[in-house]
Amino acid sequence: MATEDVVLLDCWASPYCMRVKIALEEKGIKYEERAEDLFGGKSELLLTSNPVYAKVPVLLHKGKPLCESSIIVGYIEETWASPPLLPSCPYARSQAKFWVDYVDKKLFDAGGNIWRTKGEAQEVAIKDFIEVLKQLEKVLGDKDFFGGDSFGFVDIITIAITSWFLAFEKFGNFKVEDHTPKLSAWINRCMQRKTVAKVIPDPEKIYEFVINLKKMMGME
Amino acid sequence: MADEVVLLDYWASMFGMRARVALAEKGVKYEYREEDLRNKIKSQLLLQMNPVHKKIPVLIHNGKPVSESLIIVQYIDEVWRDKAPLLPSEPYQKAHSRFWADFIDKKLYDACSKIWSTKGEEREAAKKDFIEILKQLEGQLGDKPYFEGEKFGFLDIALITFYCWFHAFETCGNFSIEAECPKLIAWAKRCMQRESVSRSLADEKKVYELVLGVQKMLGVE
Repeated sequence: MATEDVVLLDCWASPYCMRVKIALEEKGIKYEERAEDLFGGKSELLLTSNPVYAKVPVLLHKGKPLCESSIIVGYIEETWASPPLLPSCPYARSQAKFWVDYVDKKLFDAGGNIWRTKGEAQEVAIKDFIEVLKQLEKVLGDKDFFGGDSFGFVDIITIAITSWFLAFEKFGNFKVEDHTPKLSAWINRCMQRKTVAKVIPDPEKIYEFVINLKKMMGME
Repeated sequence: MADEVVLLDYWASMFGMRARVALAEKGVKYEYREEDLRNKIKSQLLLQMNPVHKKIPVLIHNGKPVSESLIIVQYIDEVWRDKAPLLPSEPYQKAHSRFWADFIDKKLYDACSKIWSTKGEEREAAKKDFIEILKQLEGQLGDKPYFEGEKFGFLDIALITFYCWFHAFETCGNFSIEAECPKLIAWAKRCMQRESVSRSLADEKKVYELVLGVQKMLGVE
């Protein structure tokens, strides 16, 4: 098989990077992972490939950079057609894009507010986070995946963030399953996919990562 | 079967204008319905069609709602694909346009609002941010007639709707955008020669009056 010449500037703990990896795995595309040391010093390549935000992930396809994870996943979808991650009907596609946008705007930040706060502020953060989960559970309904019968774009965008759920749960002293059992079932279902299981790191390691992050940020 | 297209919108919204421009480019007939946002009254239809964000614009196509202006423009492009393609067909170019449209959404609106809704040092900082963002966009335009090259498209639509607010920003902030970003203003004037744009954008004087009214309410001059 010809080299596709795909390089991913990556950070193992970043759910945004995980999304791109899952999409590439789903399409069966071989890629080279280059770890960025986000705390030690960003590489020249990262700074020149993403001058606007200087963030990972950056996908380099035949040397040309793509930034912003949801946009990168969209590019992967359009460049390598099979298997499709989005439905073909324009209305269904618009709805999928709406929920991708919703997850992008709400989920990670809501979770982040849990480990960043304490006391009453944390109670509010947990409440807000659970509301977002309940909204997503509503959208999922009785389907196996957000995409319907098949794992797709919205599933990829969302499942990556669930790698941080254990950390949110431990810091907030609550369990996602108690509030949104159907969503938890969906998480388990996705984790049974080879592509997802290969990419998503051990949530305990993410929890340790967040503990270290807090120490570095001078937070107790 | 005739298409039924309704747009829930607000006359001064640069996001709503994006949908109007796209529909006009495609020659799609639609019913425009104004939401009374100035008086903070949201219609039952809006709350029903966009229960998640409760915001305009919402495009209702044969009874089915689409929300978020950039998603609406992409939907319009995909449904009425026989005329005036808005997004580039090549995946890398498409991703590039989406990236810069997303940049506009993440950065430009907040920078703009701070120009007229704040005073003193905060306003000066907002002006500086705003010009920096416009200069980055001007850099992307380069010497091309439009952002994607020879043809007016998605990224032009994403940005041009802010143009009718420039007069308000300049007057409130006491500065000239053209002096800072002449190529961008030349591009804007080029876009305004298109009927789809000139008919969809709000009157800049009315926008300025609106801003004055809101400033009074907020106690800012």
